[in-house]
Amino acid sequence: MSAFAAQVESLRPQLLRYARSQLRNDAWAEDAVSETLLAALERPQAFAGQSQLKTWLVGILKHKVIDQLRRHTRECALLSDDDETDVDELLFKADGHWHEAPQEWGSPEQTLGQRQFFEVLELCMERLPQTQGRVFMMREWLELGTDEICKELSITSTNLWVLLHRARLRLRDCLQQGWFSGRPVA
Amino acid sequence: MEQYNCRQATRLMLQERDRELTSTERAALQFHLGICSACRKFQNQAELMRQAMARWRSDRNSDKSDSP
Repeated sequence: MSAFAAQVESLRPQLLRYARSQLRNDAWAEDAVSETLLAALERPQAFAGQSQLKTWLVGILKHKVIDQLRRHTRECALLSDDDETDVDELLFKADGHWHEAPQEWGSPEQTLGQRQFFEVLELCMERLPQTQGRVFMMREWLELGTDEICKELSITSTNLWVLLHRARLRLRDCLQQGWFSGRPVA
Repeated sequence: MEQYNCRQATRLMLQERDRELTSTERAALQFHLGICSACRKFQNQAELMRQAMARWRSDRNSDKSDSP
């Protein structure tokens, strides 16, 4: 194996983790990563002089991940019972007031300087229900516009708003419990 | 002007990241935030999450972080 191939290969576990977090399916993630590595090894000259290896590979991976989402559109948009749970109902009373008022989280600088916070954040993202997790990551990692997400997954914008809304409220709840209340994420 | 409750205000604070709110929505939201300290706390939490995601994204997309 050439030095370049070995270097590329050494990043496979990390790429696989990224692909899994977006696709929520091991087989699709394997495919996306294999296609990424293959594309990289087939045209090493494309990398020459460019940024850093990981940055370059992640750029390719994002395209391959979108290909997979397209290939599995229907399955990607299936809603689990967890996806269907009305989070609003748990947070708000019938009259629209908070059951429990949000707590003070302090300054972002203080929190974002801590590496462990990001470990909890990733854990909380993994814990999102499947389809919520997919749309959330499409927005936050792939940085797709809302209309693009609707198109790729063949869902209505109303469905997308609901999914993103629930994902963010769940993430907030998980961070509250797993970080700001000082309890480990169980 | 429509009076939002906390549930509606929260929805708009989260949607603000994905679409531009209308001026009517913005005005009603500002009005609600002016009288509701619970939703102001939520607004701070949402802002912390926005910054956290931006940091997370830049780490994931570049060579900086190699966390397993």
